[in-house]
Amino acid sequence: MNFTFSEDERAFEAEVETFLRDKLPPEIAARTHRGEEIGKADTERWQAILSQKGWLAPTWPVEHGGADWDPVKHYLYDAAACRAGAPRTVPFGVNMLGPVLIAFGTPAQQQHYLPRILNGKDWWCQGYSEPGAGSDLASLRTRAEQDGDYYIINGQKTWTTLGQYANNIFCLVRTRASGKPQEGISFVLVDLDTPGVEMQPIKLIEGGHEVNEVFFTDARVPVANRVGEENKGWTIAKYLLGHERTGIAGVGLSTHALTRLKAVARQQTRNGKPLIEDPLFSSKIAEVEIDLAAMTITNLRMLTQSQGSPGPEASMLKIKGTVIHQTLNDLARRALGPAAAPFPAEALAANLALVEDTQARNAARYFNNRKLSIFGGSNEIQRNILSAMTLGNRR
Amino acid sequence: MNFEPTSERRMISDALARLLADHSDVSSRDETAFQAPYSRTKTWQALSEMGAFAALAHESAGGFGGEGFDIATVFEALGRALCPEPVLAQLLSIQLLTHVGDSSVNNALTGATRYALAWEEPDTWFDIERIDTQATTENGNILITGRKSVVYGAPAAQRYLVLAKFEGDLALFDVDADTVERHSYAMIDGGGAAELFFRATPATLLINDARAPLQLALDAGALALCAEAVGIMDVLRDTTRDYLGTRKQFGAHIGRFQALQHRFVDLSIEIEQARSITQLAASRLGDTEGSRSVSMAKHLIGRVGQLVAEESIQMHGGIAMTWEYTVSHYAKRLTMIDHQLGDRDQHLQRVMQTL
Repeated sequence: MNFTFSEDERAFEAEVETFLRDKLPPEIAARTHRGEEIGKADTERWQAILSQKGWLAPTWPVEHGGADWDPVKHYLYDAAACRAGAPRTVPFGVNMLGPVLIAFGTPAQQQHYLPRILNGKDWWCQGYSEPGAGSDLASLRTRAEQDGDYYIINGQKTWTTLGQYANNIFCLVRTRASGKPQEGISFVLVDLDTPGVEMQPIKLIEGGHEVNEVFFTDARVPVANRVGEENKGWTIAKYLLGHERTGIAGVGLSTHALTRLKAVARQQTRNGKPLIEDPLFSSKIAEVEIDLAAMTITNLRMLTQSQGSPGPEASMLKIKGTVIHQTLNDLARRALGPAAAPFPAEALAANLALVEDTQARNAARYFNNRKLSIFGGSNEIQRNILSAMTLGNRR
Repeated sequence: MNFEPTSERRMISDALARLLADHSDVSSRDETAFQAPYSRTKTWQALSEMGAFAALAHESAGGFGGEGFDIATVFEALGRALCPEPVLAQLLSIQLLTHVGDSSVNNALTGATRYALAWEEPDTWFDIERIDTQATTENGNILITGRKSVVYGAPAAQRYLVLAKFEGDLALFDVDADTVERHSYAMIDGGGAAELFFRATPATLLINDARAPLQLALDAGALALCAEAVGIMDVLRDTTRDYLGTRKQFGAHIGRFQALQHRFVDLSIEIEQARSITQLAASRLGDTEGSRSVSMAKHLIGRVGQLVAEESIQMHGGIAMTWEYTVSHYAKRLTMIDHQLGDRDQHLQRVMQTL
């Protein structure tokens, strides 16, 4: 075993840092550090810069415009990008649909869609969950009935993240009503401008607009937009779950969150002392730092051993990674004391924030990030996956 | 021992529940909770008429309650309804005004005069010894200079009770709200607060050495928050139980899954512990063990509150992450109670100091 980075890896890290220093617009970094929503224009601006460098889809194969990074390089990039305040790459096109098209798409689909992901012409969103199909995704009911060269789609999708910026959505739809629910699902690509497709915002707990509902009423979608075989969409959905999970533990984000937590604990005073010197509080920072140090190695170990495509280990990374991140958010909120109370947008607008503006949203961030243990397969579902793997069907 | 509430307290609790039921759906609550002045005159008057404020003071001060259990009864009902009205500000003020001995407390008890207690500053973090606002005498007038921070209920208040250093003591003053620079905002969990800037603002001296009465008032306030939290927890538990019994996934109500059953039961156990420590604090409020008991309660409420808020959201799933669904608002309020009148660590430290 060797836990030091190689010379190549160090050189790569230095290249990443130089790139971020030269190319990341400072105003975008400042907004990321303040925890503001980055918005469509700046996300596209940053992704274009990444794309030009060839780093937008780093784990794609080189022949499709990727960089074929291994998990260590991906980790080094991710950590540096979080430190620098680079916005997260929106995952739906690059990390989710891209690998699906590379594995299951026709050459025509690959040639049409992959470049448009890289050059920013398409912003994809995800149509998986439905009001009645969350953890039990296979019970989804949105129907696609074939009519000549078209599917007629009816139903409702929900929790569609950043759908308000998207022009396309990939969906799981039911193409066969009989048999096992998993065996009647297909994976289709839908242009959001299609008549009969409507999107409505969902306001979240902290007041932000990040997710949406999407309604389909007799929406006509070409059968050619189906990816993979009819009724084999569940295989694709499962492939997606086991693929591209290099970021699932959120180690880069948590590492940066720990730095921010220590910063606010130095700034705040309780009982006349910096909060970081208060043993009740600093012991909690130390505990989460220990958890994160272990997680960093767990993450690299599992990703390296699985060559970037962990199977059930991804569930372990997701559970532990999200709990660590939520603990960091919890402590960052509590570090504000009474100053956590003002509604951040109002306090910041009036220049009345009681703490640095990079910390003023800590309570909102805490509430918003309760989603981490719910979305992408709730932590309960991840435990089901893990226990099925380790205990089998022993009951 | 008798664990049943008196019939009077039960009546108050029922009356409050009826009164507040009309205003507690998310959209009508939004209008009060997130829009200045963060109070609805009609609700405030109704609270006043049914005696919600008078219940917070002893008969000797013109009220008809004032015991720990009276305060807890009112605030538990407010918590159940997730009422954003700044009743806590009125309670803290009533507690202090009963030590003044003039008629001002009567106007506070009817709710006719609306007060806010301005004591915390940007650097106090629930420590009365760190108050730095200064009062001086000039030509026979008392003038106050300093900044008060996150003053709960200030946006709707007509008068402020202000803590300031005066001639070597920590003194309590009365200030006309119209004479103070006020920047109001909504809180993240709803309800209003403000930053107040005093710049040689005229004030009337009420209490010369206000430390002891202030501590009593803060104890009563912390107890009120504990009771509010218990009311909120009961609602979250009931709502979560109902959801476990109606939401179906994998062909069964999700309450059929043992993983969730055990977590729900753990939650219920912790809520009963929270209720008990709050009742203990209520029974001791004002006696020699009062302050310590309130700190025990406020600490446990902080811990259990976080568990109940997080687990209620988690067991619901995505729906509880939405603004439209009341669970998100109950969970936010419950969480933010740990940021008001001392957090769990500070109250734990107070208990640790008297082991």
